[in-house]
Amino acid sequence: MKNTKLDMQQDYAIDQSRRGTLKGLAGLGLGALAGGLGIGNAVAASKVTMGFLYVGPRDDYGYNQAHFEGKSAIAKQSWIKAVDQENVPETIAVQKAMESMINLDGAQVIFPTSFGYFDPHILKIAPKYPDVMFLHCGGLYDANKHPKNVGSYFGYIDEAVYISGIVAGHTSKTGKLGYIAAIPIPQVLRNINNFTMAARSVNPKITVQVVFTGGWSNPVKEAESANSLIDQGVDVLTCHVDSPKVVVETAEKRGVFSCGYHADQSKLAPKGFLTGAEWNWSKIYLDYATMIAKKQKIPNLIRGGFKEGLVKSSPYGKVVSAKAKAHADKVRAQFMKGDFVVYQGPIKDNTGREVIPKGKSYGQTDYWLETMDWLVEGVVGKTKG
Amino acid sequence: MSGEESQWLTVLIAVLGGAIRVGTPFLFVSLGECLTEKSGRINLGLEGNLIMGAMAGYGVAWITGSAWLGVLAAGATGVVLGFVHALLCQQPRVNDIAVGIALMILGTGLAFFIGKPLIQPTAPHLPALHLGAWSDNPALRAALEINALFIVGVLLAPAMAWFFKSSRWGLAIRTVGESDDAARAMGLNVNGVRMLATMAGGFLAGVGGAFLSLYYPGGWSEGLSSGQGLMAVALVIFARWDPMRCLYASLLFGGAGALGPSLQAVGVTSGYYLFNAAPYVLTLILMIAASSTKVRSGMPGSLAAR
Repeated sequence: MKNTKLDMQQDYAIDQSRRGTLKGLAGLGLGALAGGLGIGNAVAASKVTMGFLYVGPRDDYGYNQAHFEGKSAIAKQSWIKAVDQENVPETIAVQKAMESMINLDGAQVIFPTSFGYFDPHILKIAPKYPDVMFLHCGGLYDANKHPKNVGSYFGYIDEAVYISGIVAGHTSKTGKLGYIAAIPIPQVLRNINNFTMAARSVNPKITVQVVFTGGWSNPVKEAESANSLIDQGVDVLTCHVDSPKVVVETAEKRGVFSCGYHADQSKLAPKGFLTGAEWNWSKIYLDYATMIAKKQKIPNLIRGGFKEGLVKSSPYGKVVSAKAKAHADKVRAQFMKGDFVVYQGPIKDNTGREVIPKGKSYGQTDYWLETMDWLVEGVVGKTKG
Repeated sequence: MSGEESQWLTVLIAVLGGAIRVGTPFLFVSLGECLTEKSGRINLGLEGNLIMGAMAGYGVAWITGSAWLGVLAAGATGVVLGFVHALLCQQPRVNDIAVGIALMILGTGLAFFIGKPLIQPTAPHLPALHLGAWSDNPALRAALEINALFIVGVLLAPAMAWFFKSSRWGLAIRTVGESDDAARAMGLNVNGVRMLATMAGGFLAGVGGAFLSLYYPGGWSEGLSSGQGLMAVALVIFARWDPMRCLYASLLFGGAGALGPSLQAVGVTSGYYLFNAAPYVLTLILMIAASSTKVRSGMPGSLAAR
């Protein structure tokens, strides 16, 4: 039933955009349409209406679930109306879904949460609706190039990944860690680098073996990668894919340790789970809603880590030693104060090239880090296939 | 053992393990498709059976607490989809390939829709036989953790070959597959035979789905199949409608699927896009090779006639 309704909405959305182009020609029809829209907006005006789009299912134990949890948390507020749609492909379908949220639900702000929604989809729809804010989750926004009603928000989840790396470094006995990643884009590489540097801060001999599966959700390949890494002697696994469920479960089955990602996976591996890097979207979504309710200007760019409350660590597993906890807690406290710099020279990449010279350091907010295309010393893997 | 040697051993073991683990769903779907195609009908909808089977199997295993009941439920779901396919195809002027594509889309969508509440729960998994217990190499032990379904599949292939060659029923299926007219002249119920063959084929594909969700990789998610059912259908053509060749081809495809991740795991990091695409490259090569007339020799007559 729900799907039928959705399809109708989408069809209606196409109709509307067609009518949009006919505006100048059909004055009479336009009047009726504007009247219809007016009613919709009047109802919505009493509440802050927010629209969320996810590329996968809401409860995938991963990326989409983290956003859905954020949306659900704010939807409890009586003054917020939050609508969402899952499984929206990164095609023209997302444009239709966004238009339908704006035109039918009266959404004032849209959160297209997947990386691939930005270009061309958001960039195409945003100029058509200058009063609606489009906030993309990711690092693609550029103030010089993109429309004023587009923005981006992202958490420095690499801070939480760094904490995972410390715990992994303390726990590993073989000195070999495994990272199963989807695609070598900057955010993924930054997580791998943070994890590696954190583990090597505990034991400089540690290496991190990377496998790129080539897609965000490919359970069979993820399981194969996990098995191969474990066969190769890896004893702590972590991953950057949409749903870490398969990786964490495979690690548990094979009796090695695992660090989670996106959401809390501790339930999936009661024996071997160490900790994990999680998003904490509910805070930023509530902040945005408050800004809209108070009619404040929404900043185009929001970034934050532990300090701003955008990311958190999963609770420590049973096997984590007191020493590892103390080390991890200490570094987290430094992140909270905002005086821990991960990218402090000299740093070499894994081909031996010096990427950050001695004396140079890049703070967490530095845009340069969002263009990362190298893997740090200690990683076994390549960014280009 | 030197480091280099142990690395290649790891790849070899991974490919062996992959052939068994990744190959099992291919094996079941391709045997199912082989059975259906022998009766003269193509069921492209087995991808839908695979996904529906995975979902239904996982759901029933979770609710009842028995993984084997899940396997039965997965098979039953496949039978229902096979029945729908056969029922639609025996109507006048209905194209079996078009029906197959429709059922593939239906099965996928339905499984995603009904399967929503199944992503989170953890269902009991199928038990594995530890055939590698004699070895002290942990990697080899893991690769030889073999699921009972794989063994069933391996035994099923020669059984099916014998069934086609030497049994009365097998002869009936082959006759129907070769020529409608000849089968009618023999007094066979053409539609009836095809319906049974499609339902049995659907059952096997559904069981293949249960292997995905209840054993490897385990768990229900929407990316679980990602086209494996379709590849298995292509594999039947490569196997020239011979169940034994279906077995070899499934193992080959399974091993190819494991190649990309395992090469990266040992540090061969160049060209991973190519290695990850190995099963698809293999499918294309096989399809080109199979399109030569020589290879089509095993094709059932009523498929060739079109």
